[in-house]
Amino acid sequence: MIVGQQKPFDEIWEMVKGFKKVLVYGCNTCVAICHAGGGKEAEILTSLLRMKAAQEGVDLQVDHAAIERHCEPEFFEPLDEKVRTYDLVLSTACGVGVNFLADRLGGSMPVYPGINTTFYGGVPEAGFFVELCGGCGNCVLHLTGGICPIVRCSKSLMNGPCGGTNNGKCEVSNETDCAWFLIVERMKKLGTLEKLYEVQPPRDWSTGTHGGPRRVSLEHIRAYEEQEEKNAATEGRR
Amino acid sequence: MKSGSNLERVIASGKMAVTAELGPPMSADPHEVIKKANILKGFCDAANITDCQTAVVRISSIAAAFIALREGLEPVMQMTCRDRNRIAMQADLLGAAALGLKNCLCIAGDHQMFSAAGKLKGHPGAKNVYDVDTCQLVGIMRKMRDEGLQQGGDKLEVAPKFFIGASWTPMGDPMDFRPYNLKKKVDAGADFIQTQGIYDMELFRSQMEKARNLGLLERTAMLAGIIVPKSAMMLKYMDSSVAGVTVPKSLIERMNKAKEAAGDDKKKARELQEQEGIKITIELIQQALEIPGVRGVHIQAIEWESAIEPIVKAAGLYPRPTFPDA
Repeated sequence: MIVGQQKPFDEIWEMVKGFKKVLVYGCNTCVAICHAGGGKEAEILTSLLRMKAAQEGVDLQVDHAAIERHCEPEFFEPLDEKVRTYDLVLSTACGVGVNFLADRLGGSMPVYPGINTTFYGGVPEAGFFVELCGGCGNCVLHLTGGICPIVRCSKSLMNGPCGGTNNGKCEVSNETDCAWFLIVERMKKLGTLEKLYEVQPPRDWSTGTHGGPRRVSLEHIRAYEEQEEKNAATEGRR
Repeated sequence: MKSGSNLERVIASGKMAVTAELGPPMSADPHEVIKKANILKGFCDAANITDCQTAVVRISSIAAAFIALREGLEPVMQMTCRDRNRIAMQADLLGAAALGLKNCLCIAGDHQMFSAAGKLKGHPGAKNVYDVDTCQLVGIMRKMRDEGLQQGGDKLEVAPKFFIGASWTPMGDPMDFRPYNLKKKVDAGADFIQTQGIYDMELFRSQMEKARNLGLLERTAMLAGIIVPKSAMMLKYMDSSVAGVTVPKSLIERMNKAKEAAGDDKKKARELQEQEGIKITIELIQQALEIPGVRGVHIQAIEWESAIEPIVKAAGLYPRPTFPDA
């Protein structure tokens, strides 16, 4: 899932205080699970903004709403008209959602981020989130015992630990596990340690963010959808 | 000869090699480098020029290495994977070779968050690179030298001829993997290895045994790293906080005794500890040189370059070999 954290309240206030009518727009998928930007968090943030506005004597109307997902058009449709009655959307969706909605609104009104999108992670226990994947576009987890060296190693090393491993922890922080320590131990358990003896050549990073913005186009799905639309149109004419 | 560097010649001659370290200043003034180069000159075969160690901005390794070379001290330029992508690395390697530099040590580099733990501000908010890691950088340098090719495949009209080094932390954990870590660097093309500072010689001996069994010590020249201890406090700190370094209690006790012998006289306490530190270093060097497969020592006297002369002399490593045709 995508993990995010609400921005500091003062930063949010600085963003919104110049507007008259603000919609705090939550997303009930990933960011709801990490208690950052779901419907509930959007509602609480709305209350805080109303209180702050009253305190500061600022004339500001703040409302809230939430939809299931901010990354697909059909979820937006029921609320599109309502959204357009505001002069600012403070989106508490992840950065994908903010981009998606801003593109959808096409410059007719601003969409500001209410959260910082932090990483792709898991939830090992309630209230605790850890980064597990870098979305690099060229997965090597079969070589590293299911532990990602790209994001779980602070230096994205591909050929084993650096000299900074201390008691199994990373030199960056003694609260951070050394990914390569974990990888070596995991590969031992799997009985595949010898896979790590081979030198991994320089990576092709172009499959990641370094190759420019990425797209995935499934031609068979797009062709199918197009055909369905055509069929529907023909049916309609009959 | 792969590079024809002085360090390579000493190693090829079969004599024990000595390398030292020169840390460039946080200053645009070259005199600090010139001064240190002249202190070290004649007492080592080459000196490592650190590359923004602990992620703190200093005169770049290549520039300081060139200044040292001009002073008659052979440098080992260092290149971290932290600050450059493969384009900048290869461009710098061509430039360094064009300036006459012949040795290069490849290292991952301290993470930029690391400096935030020390006294200096550093740049913990910097974006790091890590396009390639140490093994890959070694491989790139070897490919440039031996095949005359860039990593991407383009041809080089004149290849940079470096004597290629890599670091090794033999006692870092996971310790049973460290010999394989070394193997990968040797397989990638490391001609010489400089280790992290070693105080526990018995542990080092056992790691070397494993490296020998993997057939690595005939394929690379192992230089044992010795960090000159300055005080009991420094030894304790290194034991507790420096990754891959363990200091036997007996050494810490020796330093403590030296300190206590001075009573309340702080100046004397410092002098006595420094003297003891030099003694300990000499003993460590002698022990290291007895370990089969060790081809020399890398002596790091951090911000204490003047310690190198008495150490090298007392360890029986002076004068350093010279080559008439060099």
